[in-house]
Amino acid sequence: MKILPSHEELKIKSKPSWMELLPGGIIPEPATSRFYLTGDWRSFKPVIDKNKCIRCGLCWTYCPDMAIRKTSEGFYEVNLDYCKGCGICAEECPVKAITMVEEEE
Amino acid sequence: MARRIAIECSHAASLAVKLARVDVIAAYPITPQTHIVEKLSEYIANGELDAEYINVESEHSALSACIGASATGARVFTATAGQGLALMHEMLFIAAGNRLPIVMAVANRSLSPNLSIWGDQSDTMASRDCGWIAFYAENAQEIFDLIIQAFKIAEDEKVMLPVMVCFDGFYVTHVIEPLITLNQEEVDRFLPPRKIPKYALHPDHPTTWGPIGLPEIQTELRKQHDHALRNSKFVIKDVWREFGEMFGRWYDVFEPYRMEDADIAILLMGGSCGTAKAAVDKLREKGEKVGLLKLRMFRPFPFEELLNFTKEIKALAVVDKAISIGGVGGPLFSEIRSALYSLEDKPKVLGFVAGIGGRDVAINDFISIYEKTKKVLAGEKIENDFMFLQAREE
Repeated sequence: MKILPSHEELKIKSKPSWMELLPGGIIPEPATSRFYLTGDWRSFKPVIDKNKCIRCGLCWTYCPDMAIRKTSEGFYEVNLDYCKGCGICAEECPVKAITMVEEEE
Repeated sequence: MARRIAIECSHAASLAVKLARVDVIAAYPITPQTHIVEKLSEYIANGELDAEYINVESEHSALSACIGASATGARVFTATAGQGLALMHEMLFIAAGNRLPIVMAVANRSLSPNLSIWGDQSDTMASRDCGWIAFYAENAQEIFDLIIQAFKIAEDEKVMLPVMVCFDGFYVTHVIEPLITLNQEEVDRFLPPRKIPKYALHPDHPTTWGPIGLPEIQTELRKQHDHALRNSKFVIKDVWREFGEMFGRWYDVFEPYRMEDADIAILLMGGSCGTAKAAVDKLREKGEKVGLLKLRMFRPFPFEELLNFTKEIKALAVVDKAISIGGVGGPLFSEIRSALYSLEDKPKVLGFVAGIGGRDVAINDFISIYEKTKKVLAGEKIENDFMFLQAREE
């Protein structure tokens, strides 16, 4: 598989000024969508209480954005770079171990 | 050497496009534009022009094909009118937003309903916010020169924007006029082949054009586009200067006519300027202090240039061949008036809507525009600052 250049190598800023954008906003390299962190418009984030978690994996199963990962200890964590804050994990958690907490910003 | 010929104005456009050595033409025939692309397809069929002519099923496809071709670095031309421009509407913004230097001739035609093939500027005025450079030509010579200049302006690295050259359907397109042509060697000297831009569509170097524009990026893209269109004025002026130095025909944003010591100026764009000049001559013979400001460039809007002419005059009569229905009058009138709004000492601005759907605008119409403006200046009360000049009231 071809090794793609990193974000830094491409000098792509995620929020460039109007002068830094290429004319017309052209993206000069392929496959740059992997640099785009889609979780930046979330207003609530899920917080998992490890003490309550029974490691059933339902949050991982239900997450529509694959933003929940399994840790080496068998617990689950949220990848906030991609979590949209939809709250499905908190809704589905059978032991109510997940709370949706409002983002501060 | 330049030579003087008689030519139909539509064919003056085709000739300019041929001399510009375009690579791709994609167009759909529509009255009153048809003669332009008809002639171009003849040139290609005869082997006089080495270009791809793409026959498409609609104007939406015509401009879409132009967008793809232009993105590869080709020199591209299309032409349309009225309903055709309306059908292109979506792609107009994409061509401009993707910064593609397409040149398009528009034979101005009224929009339906009622079905009208005749000329007015309601088609291009309905597309005025699409981010293209917009020129309005009066005659064959301006069409020919502006189209050749348009490629050079559009393709300049500092501009990279599409240009539309607009001229009245029938009253200009179908009229045979004198034209001082340029030969191929002269045009080649002025307009070298298009340089392939750094980021062009190519299978070996994939690039992404027009991806999703989330709220975090769209504002910056619009600001960049607005900045580019405003600043294109400097390149336009450089190109006009270079053209003047090479061929002795000088262009500017405005062509003032008998403006010296004028109290009232009539301002308009397009083919009726010739009639307006005749009206100014008649009025001047009677000692009336009136002049004409012919506007050639609607986008970028010439704020500074306008102010150079409005300092000395008492009233400005703006003639629109389009109407912003339910708005503040003709689009040209509303932009001119808002451009002058912040001035302390500004002329009275009146708007006249005339020539809708090919209604003839005669010398007497311009004389009544002048007389009405003079009366308002003398204190006559009017209901509205803009009026339909030719609408029958009974």
